[in-house]
Parts: sequence; structure tokens; C-alpha cells
Amino acid sequence: MARFSVLPRRHRGLLADQVARLQRRVLGEDPGPIARKTFDRALSAVFLAVLGLVILAPVFGLDASAFTAWLVFTVVYVPPWEVIPMVGRFIRPACALALVIAYPFYFDNMFTIPIFGAFPDVATGVYMLVFIMMAIGLNMVVGYAGLLDLGYVAFYAIGAYTAAWFASVQFATHNIHFGAVGVGPTVPGFHISIWLLLALAGILTAFVGVVIGLPTLRLRGDYLAIVTLGFGEILPQIARNGDRLFGTGFNLTNGPNGITPIDSPGFGNTLHDITGGILPASYQAAINSDNLFYWTAVVLVLFTIFCSVRLRDSRLGRAWIAIREDEVAAAAMGVPLMRTKTWAYAAGAFFGGIAGAYYASFKGSTFPGDFFFNISVFILCMVILGGMGNVWGVMVGAAFLSYLDREGLANTGAWLNTHLGMSIDVPLYEFGIFGVILVVVMLFRPEGLIPSARRKAEFEEGVHDEPLYDVSH
Amino acid sequence: MVTEARRAPLPLLRHRPSFTAVGGVALVSLLAIWLFVNLVKTPADFVEIFLIGLTTGAIYALVALGYTLVYGILELINFAHGDVFMLGGMVSATVAGTVFGLTSGQSGVVVWLSVFGTLVIAMAFCGTLNASIEFVAYRPLRGAPRLAPLITAIGMSFILQNVGLAWKGPNFIEVVDVLPRSNVFSIGGVDYEWNKLIVVMITVPVLLVLLWLVERTRQGKAMRATAQDMDASAMMGINVNRTISFTFLIAGALAGAAGLLYALYVTNIRYDQGFQLGLIAFTAAVLGGIGNLPGAVLGALLIGLIQAFNEGLSWHAPGSDWTQSIVFAILILILVFRPEGLLGERTPEGG
Repeated sequence: MARFSVLPRRHRGLLADQVARLQRRVLGEDPGPIARKTFDRALSAVFLAVLGLVILAPVFGLDASAFTAWLVFTVVYVPPWEVIPMVGRFIRPACALALVIAYPFYFDNMFTIPIFGAFPDVATGVYMLVFIMMAIGLNMVVGYAGLLDLGYVAFYAIGAYTAAWFASVQFATHNIHFGAVGVGPTVPGFHISIWLLLALAGILTAFVGVVIGLPTLRLRGDYLAIVTLGFGEILPQIARNGDRLFGTGFNLTNGPNGITPIDSPGFGNTLHDITGGILPASYQAAINSDNLFYWTAVVLVLFTIFCSVRLRDSRLGRAWIAIREDEVAAAAMGVPLMRTKTWAYAAGAFFGGIAGAYYASFKGSTFPGDFFFNISVFILCMVILGGMGNVWGVMVGAAFLSYLDREGLANTGAWLNTHLGMSIDVPLYEFGIFGVILVVVMLFRPEGLIPSARRKAEFEEGVHDEPLYDVSH
Repeated sequence: MVTEARRAPLPLLRHRPSFTAVGGVALVSLLAIWLFVNLVKTPADFVEIFLIGLTTGAIYALVALGYTLVYGILELINFAHGDVFMLGGMVSATVAGTVFGLTSGQSGVVVWLSVFGTLVIAMAFCGTLNASIEFVAYRPLRGAPRLAPLITAIGMSFILQNVGLAWKGPNFIEVVDVLPRSNVFSIGGVDYEWNKLIVVMITVPVLLVLLWLVERTRQGKAMRATAQDMDASAMMGINVNRTISFTFLIAGALAGAAGLLYALYVTNIRYDQGFQLGLIAFTAAVLGGIGNLPGAVLGALLIGLIQAFNEGLSWHAPGSDWTQSIVFAILILILVFRPEGLLGERTPEGG
């Protein structure tokens, strides 16, 4: 299927020839693989420097912090750290992780990115991490198993409402406290520790995923998409109308007013005192509240990445990929289709639920208006832009798009309006921009920005994805 | 011999009442009882709501046919279709109000000629738009994995919504109110207004023309052949690409007609209404049996009636808050338990 990359490939070929010639001149005829890779990395560092110094700096001005950032990048990325025995291959990820964790301390000293504006603040960072979690979860369904899920927002909603039900004053006739922090013992309602609720939300959401999945996963791809879309529309409507559920007067979701406030996570006064104040008693009450939420979100994302990568390489994950590539062949090889697909659904839902619960606790509220179909497409867009099936690509896509959603589009719009003399409310057209991204990526680079090699091959060679169960019973 | 040996146990299986059948019968009888009680309690309201439902159903039918035509030929859910409909409504509103200069409450021959002119323009606009969408977003992906065109369809839908948003802004826009609201008849407290009848009067000829086009013309034959087997029709000398473009053109034109009727009947329209209505119409197409033209009309009328009954009846109706949920619940139930729809035949190829 050459049509996907007729133009880009020809140019890439020319560029690759030049690079190969340069490499031969610098490294000689037969360099080892390590030297070759180091050369490639050095080349990208040089490329960044040229981009920054020659193209961007004359227009937007130069900042010392930009130089520092480039220096850190070069030192971490370029040298062949992997030659060091034992610890070598951990150096680069460890540095990256350290940079992410230290982000709250240096973000406001950073340079202004041309057009996009300042670096995102910590609250936006939490938002980005939550959506990275959700995108990785959706990637298990769409990327690994190849099932298009257009109702992922339903899992987000279930997670958020789980946190809201069990950590707020919503059910004021009960008074059950278990490990909640920052709430007096006489406050009515369920107050369960958020840590437990994260797990509960994940499990509950995975269960709902199985319940939705069992009858529907037999359907072929596009029918499945529309059924998930249906669930994604029904659940938020239940949330919207749930304050007077079918005239029974039972207030399940408090309707459009939403449930607020939701308890904050924390470790309680006892642990706080024992550890000498290292573990915060309650996140909300702490001075550096956003930072605490940020670091916890980093931990959750690490957990999600770990699970996602381990699942992908497990027997189950290989079964997902087999189903995605050829359902008939997979079934013939003894892959149980229904069970495997249901697990994909449950696994994807699990992380959506955790992310939803955590985000609800961070915001301290949940409203039915947070769960529109748009959000499903938003998360899908992250997966597709980043590269279906590749955790790292999906993370980049999620980080970029959620940043655009929170700060980037507003900044870019402001920049465009002041410099080009326009007056367009850019954030208003956010979803139109996402629509353009979907179409452009699918037409010109269907494997995404950072593709997994396997997925790329599928898009270029085509797959035999005729379903085995054809709308059958 | 082998065939007979395989067929022997089937009659035994067929007599076992399945859970699906029992559940379906129970659901339908509950629905019937609910409707009957409402009919006995408030007969005049019931008939009036029935007529409202038929009118909405007629508009849904036009949109549902677009989904069914496209699905029949490409097996693609054209998510952008509902937004083509919405743009059709906006174009109609603009043309009727600005180009033909109609004002609310106006009447006379001028109105009829203007409405007819607007209809032609809206159909031409939406047909062209839909065919260009196919050309830009779906044609390059023929042969790609099935998910690819589905994703571009969603993308196109969002793009069109934002075109509507940029053009008319985020609020409802008023459409000139020219359809007369005087009664056609008024019997026993049941009023039937002209605007409802006009919607039906425009829909029916459009449907007949479509049926004639698909069943009687050479192009229609090409469409049916392409829907059945794209490769074989190409071998028989049918220009498959042109046939598919033509199908999108027809589907778009139907959406344009629906857009005009909706705009004039409801007299307001907003950029995000197309998507919701499109999903309802898609449900109608699935309910009737996707790929089946009479099925789409039947499904649309049923969905229109269900929506009207749900929103209008007084005795134990869930109300308009739940319309969306009910429609999607129907969609899910149909897809899970009877994916071939009410009129569809289950074929070896499925769909």
C-alpha cells in the first residue's frame, strides 16, 4: 500500500541517503551498531540545536534555560550509556523519570516555547498524566486488540462516580467512615479512603466493561464501535437524570449539579507524624497540594505503563495482537476469541476507571457535563495521533493533546491573534482541530507519530481482518 | 448425503424457545400494554402524538436512507452524515431567509416556489458535500483496515460540526417560519396541522424517486451490483468509483432534503444537532435492517413514533430526558439480538 506514504517516503529516502553518506565519512566504512546509534542520536541533538539557534532564536529570542534544556537533553540522550555494564540501560529512563518528578521545581523558570507559550503548570501536568493513563488504557482496547471503542468516556464516568459516591456527602443518610482523611467523624455520607477507592473504581469499571463486553464483543468492528458509542451516551444520561431516577425519588448522582466536594487522598495524621511529615496528612490541606497530586499521578502512570507493557508481552497480550491481525487465524490457533476480547475490554476499562476516580478526587467534584462523546473521541485521537499499539507513542499523543486542551490552544490562539491580526477564538474550534488531526493522521500516517513496528507493517501491507463471527449469535 | 446428515438436528433446535425470543415478546407486549392504556386514557392526545411521530419519522427516514445506502455499498458507518444534514438545514435557513427573502408568517405562491428552490439548492449542496467527503476521506482508505475509514468518518463529523459552529455560532439560529400552521382537519379534538402534512408531502415523492432510481435505472442497478460484490461488478465493467460517488451524492441529497424539512418544521437549528439526530437515524436504519431501503423507512417511522410517544404521552412515559437512552438501548438490543434488523435478511456475508 504505497499510497499511504508516496510523498514523504521519497523525501525520506533522499534525506536518508545524505545521512548515510555523512555517517560513512565520520565513522568509516563499517562502524559497530553502538557507534552508529550514537551517531544518529548526536545528529538529532545537532538538529535540535540548529532548529533552536538558527530558526527559532532569531524570531522568538534566545533564553538561557532553553540552552540548559538542550544541554541536559544532549548529555542524557546522546552518549552510549548502554555500554556501561549492569546499570547502563537504566540511566536514560532514570534521568527522564527524574526530570518528570522534578518538574514542579523548575517549570516556571523555563523558557517560553515559540507559539505554544509557557510550559504547562503543575495542575495541567496532573490533567495530562490522568489523560495519559486513560489513553494507555484505551490503547489496550484499540491498539492491542484492534477493537474500536467509542464509549471510553463511560469508564471514565464510572470511575469518577465511584469516587464521588464513596467519598462525599452524597448518601447523607449513611455515616460510614473508613480511612478517609480530612473529614470529621460526624460528617454524614460514605467516606472511604481514596486509595481503596482507586482500586475499587478500577475493579468496578472492569466489571462493567465485562458486562458491556460480553453481549457486544461478538459483533464486528464497526457494530462494536456503535454499541460502545451507545453505552457512552447512555451512562452520562443516567448521570444527568440520576437525581430522580425514574420517579423513585432516589438521588443517585445529584443530576446536573454533580457531586461535590469529594474527599482528597492523603495518609492521615498518624502516618504523617510517624514519618516526620514526609507523607502528607491530606493532599487538599497541604501547601503544595498540586505537586502532591502530580507525584501521585506519576506513580499511577508508571503503574499503568508497567501493566500495559507486561500485558502486551504476556500470553494474553500476544493473543490480542493475534486477534487484531487475523481473527480467523487466531481462532484456528486456539485463541479463545470471546474471552480474549473481554479481557482486553476489562483491562482497558480498569485503567479508565482508576484515572476517572483519581481525577474526580483531584478536582474535588464530578459533573455529568464532563462525560460527553467528545471526550471519547479526544482520547481516541490521542491514541491515533501517538501511534496505535505503542505505549510510548500513545503517551506522547496524550500529553500533547491534553496540554493543547488545557493551555496550548489558548496560548496558540492568543499568539496567532496578536501576531497575525486575527480574532479567532481558537479553543472554541478545539474539536474541529482534533477532527482534522484524525483525518490527516489516518490518511497520511495511519500508524501514528511513533508507531509500533508491527502496527506499521499492518497498515502498509494490509491485514486480513474479516471477522470470524459475522454478526452471529 | 452429507448435507442431510448436517441438517437433521436443526428442526429439534428450532422448537426450543430461545431467551431472546421470550424476552423480545415480553418487551413488545409490555410496550403494547403501555400504549393501549395511554390510548384508553387520552385518546385524542394519543392520535395527535401519533401524527407528530409520523412527521418526525418521515424526516428521520430521509437521513436513515443515507446511512443505509452508504452502509450497503461500503459497509461504512458514515458518521459525518448527520452533520451533512445539519449543514443542509443551515444552508436552507440561509437560502430561504436571505436569498429568497422569506419572512416568518408569509404565505402565498412565492413561499411554495421559494421552498422548492431552497429544496433543490440544499439537496445539490449536501449531495456535493457528501460526495466530496467520500473523495477526500474515504476513497484513499479503500482496502485499508476497516477501522481507518471509520476514524476518518468521525474526524469529518467533527470538522463539519465546527464548520457549522464557525458559520452560525454556538447558539440556536432561528429559521423563517413559513409553513402554515392552520389545521388540515380537526376531528374529535385531534388537530392535524398543515406543516406536518407538508413534511410528509415532500418526503413521500422524494422516497418514490429514490426507489425508482435504485430499482429501475441503470445507475441503480450498478449500485446494487457494487453493494453485492465490488470486485465482480468492476469486472463486469461497472465504474465502481463513480457508482460509490453517486451513492454518496444521493445520500447527501436526501440529507439536504431532510435538513430543509427539519429547519422549516422545527424552525431552529444548531451546529451540534446533526450528530445527535444522525445517531438516531442510524439507529432507525439498523432497526429496519441496514442496507435495506424499505427497512430504513420503517425503522425511521418506528423510531419517530417511539420518540413522540416517549416525550408526549402522559401515563408513565419516561419523558424527553431519556429519549437518547431509549433510542440507544433499542440500538444495542437490536445489534446484539437481531443484527439483521426487522426486515433484513441474514446473508452469508452478513451486514
